[in-house]
Amino acid sequence: MIEVRQLKKRFGPQRVLDGVDLRVQKGESIVIIGRSGGGKSILLKHLIGLLRPEDGDVLIEGQSIARMNERQLLKVRRKFGMLFQGAALFDSLTVAENVAFALQREGNLPENEIARKVDDTLEMVDLAGTQRKKPAELSGGMRKRVGLARAIIYQPEIVLYDEPTTGLDPIVADSIDQLIVRIRERMAVTTVAVTHDMRSARRIGQRILMLHRGRVHFTGTPDEVFQSKDPEVYRFVNGISDPKEPNF
Amino acid sequence: MNGFAGNRLIGWLEGLGRITMLGVEAAQSLIAQRIGWRNLIYQLYFVGVKSQSVVVITGAFTGMVLCAQTYFQFHKVKMDTATLAVVSVAMGSELGPVLTALMVAGRVGAAMAAELGTMRVTEQIDALRTLATHPVDYLVVPRLLATVAALPLLTAESIGVGILAAYTVGTTLLGIDHAYAWHNMLKYTQPQHVVMGVIKAVVFAAVLALISCYKGMNCREGAEGVGRATTEAVVYSSITILISNFFLTLFLTRLLGA
Repeated sequence: MIEVRQLKKRFGPQRVLDGVDLRVQKGESIVIIGRSGGGKSILLKHLIGLLRPEDGDVLIEGQSIARMNERQLLKVRRKFGMLFQGAALFDSLTVAENVAFALQREGNLPENEIARKVDDTLEMVDLAGTQRKKPAELSGGMRKRVGLARAIIYQPEIVLYDEPTTGLDPIVADSIDQLIVRIRERMAVTTVAVTHDMRSARRIGQRILMLHRGRVHFTGTPDEVFQSKDPEVYRFVNGISDPKEPNF
Repeated sequence: MNGFAGNRLIGWLEGLGRITMLGVEAAQSLIAQRIGWRNLIYQLYFVGVKSQSVVVITGAFTGMVLCAQTYFQFHKVKMDTATLAVVSVAMGSELGPVLTALMVAGRVGAAMAAELGTMRVTEQIDALRTLATHPVDYLVVPRLLATVAALPLLTAESIGVGILAAYTVGTTLLGIDHAYAWHNMLKYTQPQHVVMGVIKAVVFAAVLALISCYKGMNCREGAEGVGRATTEAVVYSSITILISNFFLTLFLTRLLGA
């Protein structure tokens, strides 16, 4: 369903992605792990065409999106829902308006049908009754849930998560993980999540992929990753810094 | 030094090209009628209604001071009754459109750049794109249309208020004769002067909306990036308005015969 071929990306003198290859099957749930600044979010943004590769290709259901213009990409993006690290809610709109945004822009459904879908989706993310609130009135966990509701209301085939549990306490983080699994099971969506939270990676990933120095360094099931003796993987999973390397 | 100047020139030309491309994209969006009507109405309110006090004060005091200063000079050569003719021509074709555009650039242009800049750094513009919405359709076109619709009206209002204020000051405070002032004003003020002002306002509106939206949508990360984008939006809009005013005056004077 998603295929990445030799993806390269550089920002100024810094090469962030240096030939990433990746294949995600329909219905699969993969988690991309790696150190901060290692290019995880950059890779995720390439999958949905928010960034353009310097070299290489991204194919969605066999269709190359790397050279598409913005208007062509809009059609491809209809297959995607994306939850941003900071939720990226439109702060001038209410919760209900945020969640209804995509359906209202499409204009294919009557208002009462959109309102019903908003209610159902908010209930699915355990936020019933928050329709009239503004994003500024919500906690971090609630904002992520609204962001998720906005991303899934139009029933996308693929859902992308950029650091879904970053900045949340462990209990809220666990509830977000459970929600991600619930959405995957109920809606049969393909899931790609980026995180450096290993508890979260274990819970939501069927396959974990580690990015290191701009390439895919390791791929395996959660058990394989947690039992790996590869020094890079071992250090990352167990949170052990290398005294020879600056850690920032 | 040459390398630095060359890089600045290339950067400037690149920016100009990108703003032009933004204008082309906005025009295509307009033709395809991909307009967010609700957003457009809000922007009309924000640009038109909320700018009233700024525009009225600017127009009134510009008209009054122009009247006073012109009178002081004309009085020396016994041309008191020509004062309001000068005021109405200057307000109609130059001061009305330029000062209104500069004030709106300061108020509306800064707000546009800050709002879009904040949306960019908080990934709200990326979120729009993931929701299959082109940022130009949703963010730029309503702001551009609202400014192009509102600024000529604000300019006309500013011209009217300026002339009225000047007339009041001239006839009551400075003692200019009502009948001669009115007669000379009508004699020397042509419809072309006001038409020129309104055409200028349309051009200034497009310039300030496009520059402000471009600066906001392309701002750098963080609070500093938003601050810089806001400042640049106002400064570049103002400079472009002042420079384009000169060329528009030359062009429109020939075209309209004003």
